[in-house]
Amino acid sequence: MTAVRCIDLCKTYRQGDQDIKALDHLSVDVEKGEFVCLMSPSGGGKTTLLNAIGGLDIPDSGEIWIADERIDRMSKGQLADLRLANIGFVFQAYNLIPVLTAQENVEFVMQVQGVAAAERRAKSLAILEEVGLKGLETRRPAEMSGGQQQRVAVARAIVSRPELVLADEPTANLDSKTSAELMELFTELNEHHNTTFIIATHDQHVQSYAKRLVRMLDGRIVGDVEQHAA
Amino acid sequence: MNIVLRLAWRNLWRHSRRTWLTIGAMVFSNTLLVFMISLQFGMYGLMINNTLQVFSGHMQIQAPGYKDDQKMRQVVHDVQPLAARLRSELGSDTIAARGWAFGLASSAERSYGIGIYGVEPAHEPQVSNIPGLIEQGRYLEGNDAAEIVIGATLARNLRIGVGDELTLLGSGPDGSFAAAVVDVVGIFDSGVKEIDRNIAEMPLGTFQDVFYMDGAGHQVVLLAPELDQAALLQSRVEGLLAGDDGLVVEGWDALQPGLKQAIQADISSAFFMYGILVILVAFSVLNTQLMSVLERTHEFGIVMALGLKPGRLGRLVMLETAMMGLIGMFLGALAGALFTTWFTVNGFSYPGMEEMVANFNLPGRVYPRVTLLTMFAGPLVVFVFTLAAAAYPALRLQRLHPVAAMRTN
Repeated sequence: MTAVRCIDLCKTYRQGDQDIKALDHLSVDVEKGEFVCLMSPSGGGKTTLLNAIGGLDIPDSGEIWIADERIDRMSKGQLADLRLANIGFVFQAYNLIPVLTAQENVEFVMQVQGVAAAERRAKSLAILEEVGLKGLETRRPAEMSGGQQQRVAVARAIVSRPELVLADEPTANLDSKTSAELMELFTELNEHHNTTFIIATHDQHVQSYAKRLVRMLDGRIVGDVEQHAA
Repeated sequence: MNIVLRLAWRNLWRHSRRTWLTIGAMVFSNTLLVFMISLQFGMYGLMINNTLQVFSGHMQIQAPGYKDDQKMRQVVHDVQPLAARLRSELGSDTIAARGWAFGLASSAERSYGIGIYGVEPAHEPQVSNIPGLIEQGRYLEGNDAAEIVIGATLARNLRIGVGDELTLLGSGPDGSFAAAVVDVVGIFDSGVKEIDRNIAEMPLGTFQDVFYMDGAGHQVVLLAPELDQAALLQSRVEGLLAGDDGLVVEGWDALQPGLKQAIQADISSAFFMYGILVILVAFSVLNTQLMSVLERTHEFGIVMALGLKPGRLGRLVMLETAMMGLIGMFLGALAGALFTTWFTVNGFSYPGMEEMVANFNLPGRVYPRVTLLTMFAGPLVVFVFTLAAAAYPALRLQRLHPVAAMRTN
């Protein structure tokens, strides 16, 4: 079953007096349960592709399908609902809400989803334990290390068991040990919950966990290979 | 507590100094509003009561058209029995019958045109403060005595005093010539020049004899225990008079349109000033919330990426503003009430006030009235404008694009 289908995507940005082709007639399919790494040099278009798949950015042309829904024609509100229900995001800079504790950050998305308080509490505590943050539930982001914050961000992204997780340079601010722990966690979720992962990264170590490597250059796919994970 | 509420509350205190400064502006303006509105209402109460207690009362029963064109022949027949019946049926003492005529008052040396009231000496003190303002001599005693009390200025102008005789000339309802000689038994000083120069009071019985009134008068004056009970009393009186065709009940605002207009004019000018105060506070809130939204653009981009719709973000900003506004409203109302309460006991005055308000027959100190209305009317308006001021920052979020927002630092 196809989790993500991109057909002939084009996206051009204007930078100064130059047009930058971030996506140049790009087509790619990702099957459900795949663990895909997008690789490219800076400006290669991987973040633009992630944003387009996540409905954060609308391509100039082409089609994007998430499962069996075409999203490039959806309204802002429909896209927000889609992200809330089906997509988990992990960002390079953690991007936690600074005034909420670790547990509240995780619960926040569930609250917006309308999950009951008791269920929210149980799920958030369980997921924080799962990412190794038991005992740190009441800490605010400023009281946690980068690795701990990124774990909270991951917990927030996966607590509702989304079908698709999009991660943009999730290990860029982490040391190698924490990076490895995070990738182990992603791998476990991918294998046990059949969650589809699409990760944009430069990191060779992260790439070693992927089952499929998609190489991009100037908004086009220049390589797409299956590999055995590390 | 709901996480959105918690988030709003904590967002409020991210920059606690800024939040407190904004709340401080609200508290200051609310305190000022509570004090000024309470003072204003206290002043109006004083103006109304002082004016109405001179002659008008809270309402009067008259013949139709008498209010606008005071002709002698537009009479209330059997005016004293009517007043007695109302006193009995309403269980109230503050009801009195009167007659009114224009006449020429002459002393040995001078003559002046004056207004002559025929009053019930036993009941007039309950509806008017003139009997209590006798400066020399005494007030009227018998209903049929040939006596009169006059204003201090009139006495000075006529060059007469207590014990002197005064000749009255006028005409009755049928145009017949009326004349009498009465003894001046008292001189009153109301402090209102117009009254002290132009008014005299004599017993209603004597008045009816002199002016051939045949038991009639021109008005029954009623005073309610409090101004805010006047409307209820008026409807009761109208009910009791339902069978008496040809009589109308005129309320104080119809009897004293100038007073009502003066109050309305004062309210309008005061509201203009309050409006400026409220708008200044609203701009302070707008500044705070706009800064708060701008500096959180990146964060808003993140939560939009997580699936929050711009509308919910807007509601979050409104919720933060509402919390800030509620704190400002309650602290301001409380501070205003406490501050004003001191003046309700001790009165409020400023240099020169005594001389100024004396022209309006008012005492030199005003006692503000603190009620729920005066406590919350101003702060509620500030609260509403505070929310309105936050609408722009909240609506601005509708145009926010998550990717662009996340690029900002």
